[in-house]
Amino acid sequence: MTETILNIEGLKTYFFTEAGIVKAVDNISFNLRKGESLGLVGESGSGKTVTALSVLRVVPKPGRTIDGKVEFNGEDLLEKTEKEMQRIRGSAIAITFQDPSSSLDPVYNIETQLCDVIMAHETVSKTEARKKVIELLEVVGIPEAETRMREYPHQFSGGMKQRVAIARALACEPTLLFADEPTTNLDVTIQAQVLNLLNDLKKKFGMSLVMITHDMGIIAEMTTRTVVLYAGRVCEIAKTYDLFERPRHPYTEALLAAVPRLDMRKTLRVIPGNIPNLIEPPAGCRFHPRCDYAKQICKEDVPVLEEIEPGHFVACHEWRNIRLKGERSH
Amino acid sequence: MAKYSFKGREKSLTSSDLVKVKNLVKHFPVYSRGVLLKKQIGIVHAVDNIDFDIRRKETFGLVGESGCGKTTTARLILNLIEPTSGDVFFKEDNVFEKFRSADKKEKLRLRRKMQLIFQNPYGSLDPRMTVFDIISEPFIIHKHIPKNQWKEKVYELLELVGLEEYHAERYPHEFSGGQRQRICIARALAVEPEFLIADEPVSSLDVSIKAQILNLLGELQERVGLTYLYISHDLSSVRQISHRVAVMYLGEIVELADTDELFKEPLHPYTRALIQAVPIPDPKAKTMKIVLPGEVPSPINPPSGCRFHPRCPQAKPVCKEKKSELLAISPKHMVMCHLCNPRMQF
Repeated sequence: MTETILNIEGLKTYFFTEAGIVKAVDNISFNLRKGESLGLVGESGSGKTVTALSVLRVVPKPGRTIDGKVEFNGEDLLEKTEKEMQRIRGSAIAITFQDPSSSLDPVYNIETQLCDVIMAHETVSKTEARKKVIELLEVVGIPEAETRMREYPHQFSGGMKQRVAIARALACEPTLLFADEPTTNLDVTIQAQVLNLLNDLKKKFGMSLVMITHDMGIIAEMTTRTVVLYAGRVCEIAKTYDLFERPRHPYTEALLAAVPRLDMRKTLRVIPGNIPNLIEPPAGCRFHPRCDYAKQICKEDVPVLEEIEPGHFVACHEWRNIRLKGERSH
Repeated sequence: MAKYSFKGREKSLTSSDLVKVKNLVKHFPVYSRGVLLKKQIGIVHAVDNIDFDIRRKETFGLVGESGCGKTTTARLILNLIEPTSGDVFFKEDNVFEKFRSADKKEKLRLRRKMQLIFQNPYGSLDPRMTVFDIISEPFIIHKHIPKNQWKEKVYELLELVGLEEYHAERYPHEFSGGQRQRICIARALAVEPEFLIADEPVSSLDVSIKAQILNLLGELQERVGLTYLYISHDLSSVRQISHRVAVMYLGEIVELADTDELFKEPLHPYTRALIQAVPIPDPKAKTMKIVLPGEVPSPINPPSGCRFHPRCPQAKPVCKEKKSELLAISPKHMVMCHLCNPRMQF
């Protein structure tokens, strides 16, 4: 067993809005091993991004992490002072965001933005920093790095901007990288390039990677273990292979059956209804109003995450009694 | 489910082609900056000489990456923008001629037959109108439903797209993305069209909602006998819903075939790369990938010869010099590539 690099326990991040308390992340627990690629999958509002922001303690107002533990290399990040966190952000834990055009500053050129990151964390001269920037840009596959780094974000295409954002995240060789929907805005051929790049870099730097996405295809291709989130809670945690072969939570199963596939045409199963409102989420299991297998108990009690096989966790009251329709026949 | 059909539809469903696109071209001029001396400095080849037919009751998929001219094609077919050259026929009518002629009645008649739904259901619904107003607005324009039947008709349409009667009194902000897209579909169907262009209708929706809308489009096709032009960059959804697919690259159709054939035996190197680039939701399906280098070149100065040649892993010298014709490999499969031409020697 390799060592755990990140351990999240009972994380609760709520947004205190005028309309009410939005329970964006409500008691989420999972861990990440060193060098692992973990997938965090869910639909909008499932709490994927807020989980990442909570780990880095950059949840925007009116959000607050009110409970839980986030242990990074054995130290609880929620106990750290802001100053200590600043040292960790960017150097030990980094994040890339979905939309690189809004996460890069339009008024500074690429060189300045990347040098800033390096010089904030390391005591190096400007020349050394610049040298490192050129190296980084070459690593992420930007041709003519030396001239292009003097350009501004708007002079780069979407795929190139995402590469710059990745270069910035890697500037201080983090041990943990959150990639938040890194390819959602990109074309498929560019997406393939960026995913390849992330895989190569992960190997090269020996990073642990948390891949946040709603695309089951990316999960299958990029990760070894997956956490399925729904409405701010964990439904299922399993090895990616097992998750696709033998999903045990009705939501995971339904989600897999709802994705159109390129390699076959099938009848898409529809998950009825909509994603719940997180101000007044359904009582009990949050998926019960949309679940085909829901019983009385699902409406009343919150299911706990149980380990049903080594390494396979499910939060469902009924997992023993149901045979999921989606179990794939081969 | 209530039975629903548009009156007089059945008799017109015999001949096969509903929409014909012939040698369609759209060039956008690019001007230099400056106020007094605006010089034309280039041309964006948005759509360059494309040809295809859409059959009745068929879903025709148009797939390609951003900037390849998919949406421009849709807007040209509906004559929302003026073409540079070429023709579009809707049944026997030449669409562009019809719209150029001044007969307002005829224009309206043609508009009623062809409708459009957009990618973003948040931007395409007026936030200050109730759903009832939104869906009944076409009745005001086309006057095909007497006012005393509006309510009934709106309820019928809501039911058709899977919404409830009480939704009619609500405003768009009260709905989720998927429900809004249903409202957009209901509005498009309010004029009883025969042809519906769906421009990225599910791209902004969540996975579980995407399936609902794709299934709804399929159901509507069966119940109302609609013909679709389905535009998307998402190959999986195109595969799911289309009968035939055309692949566009830099303003040109590079391959056109029946869906199953196209996905099983893609011929054009671009189609092949595009298909392989899509991650498959199955960890067992790890395939060898050709990752295309580079990005789509600018459509202002598209590459000479075959427009794909700078990125093509199999490019030959001839590809740089000469553009291939759209070759008919079989009656159902067309491809624009020298490598597929049996008369070419390499």
